[in-house]
Amino acid sequence: MIGLTHYLIVAAILFTIGVFGIFVNRKNVIIILMSIELILLAVNINLVAFSVYLHDVVGQIFALFVLTVAAAEAAVGLAILVTFFRNRGDIAVDDAAVMKG
Amino acid sequence: MALQEIAFYVMATVTVLAGLAVVFARNPVHSVLFLIAAFFSAAGLFVLMGAEFLAMLLVVVYVGAVAVLFLFVVMMLDVDFTQLREGFARYLPIGGGVAGILVLEMIMVAVTVANQGAAGRNAVPNASGGADIPNAEAIGRVLYTDYVYFFQAAGLVLLVAMIGAIVLTLRHKPGVKRQNIMAQNARTPATGMTMVDIKPGEGIAE
Repeated sequence: MIGLTHYLIVAAILFTIGVFGIFVNRKNVIIILMSIELILLAVNINLVAFSVYLHDVVGQIFALFVLTVAAAEAAVGLAILVTFFRNRGDIAVDDAAVMKG
Repeated sequence: MALQEIAFYVMATVTVLAGLAVVFARNPVHSVLFLIAAFFSAAGLFVLMGAEFLAMLLVVVYVGAVAVLFLFVVMMLDVDFTQLREGFARYLPIGGGVAGILVLEMIMVAVTVANQGAAGRNAVPNASGGADIPNAEAIGRVLYTDYVYFFQAAGLVLLVAMIGAIVLTLRHKPGVKRQNIMAQNARTPATGMTMVDIKPGEGIAE
């Protein structure tokens, strides 16, 4: 019998893979953005699983909003990436110190 | 019941393996394709839970829009991706350590919550809030009543993101002739023409 625990464990593993991806691919901003998408997907799985097993549909509404924000974030992130590439000619982000922050 | 378990384990395994492949793939195009696989199998998990509306949304929004956007950008940028992978082995031990600790903690919390929290009581999943209506109808009933302002705010977020992306990537090329309606309307005979007094038999020099 597949219960709430199974879905939560899948979401936990997926979240961790996303965090791990940000750790090991520190130069490649495209992989970092994809890892963020994986993390948000794990969050969505968690929200939907709780919504289904608590019999409360609000969790799915929240997952919908997370989906919206993830799409907006991907669009703006990739736009910044394209601009960054035009200005510098590469996308190595670990030595990006244009703003001297 | 056994079929449901087989479906769960297949899709969960595919999701996790595709997620790992996104992180470990050498070619970012392959990463995007594995990301699509992960989204698809996560949509399958949603269907298994009964949340069909969000599953279809995941396929349409993520696979149809976000993943294709990623694919466009990855293919458009002419980058040496092998050079971007240096440091991978250097960060592997600490990244793996942090990830291992994180996943153990999260699984412990998840198991505790699922077995002893409020969710432990409802063994029977129901994606429609416990009511006997379709999943999409249940979402619609809540989304367009209690959460209508949040829904509008989500639309505003998308609008701002769209405008932001366009403004960031728009380039004004020099030398492109455009219509300037303000300048056209402000033009008067005084600025638009000059009166030249030409003597007979001479013509105009320029």
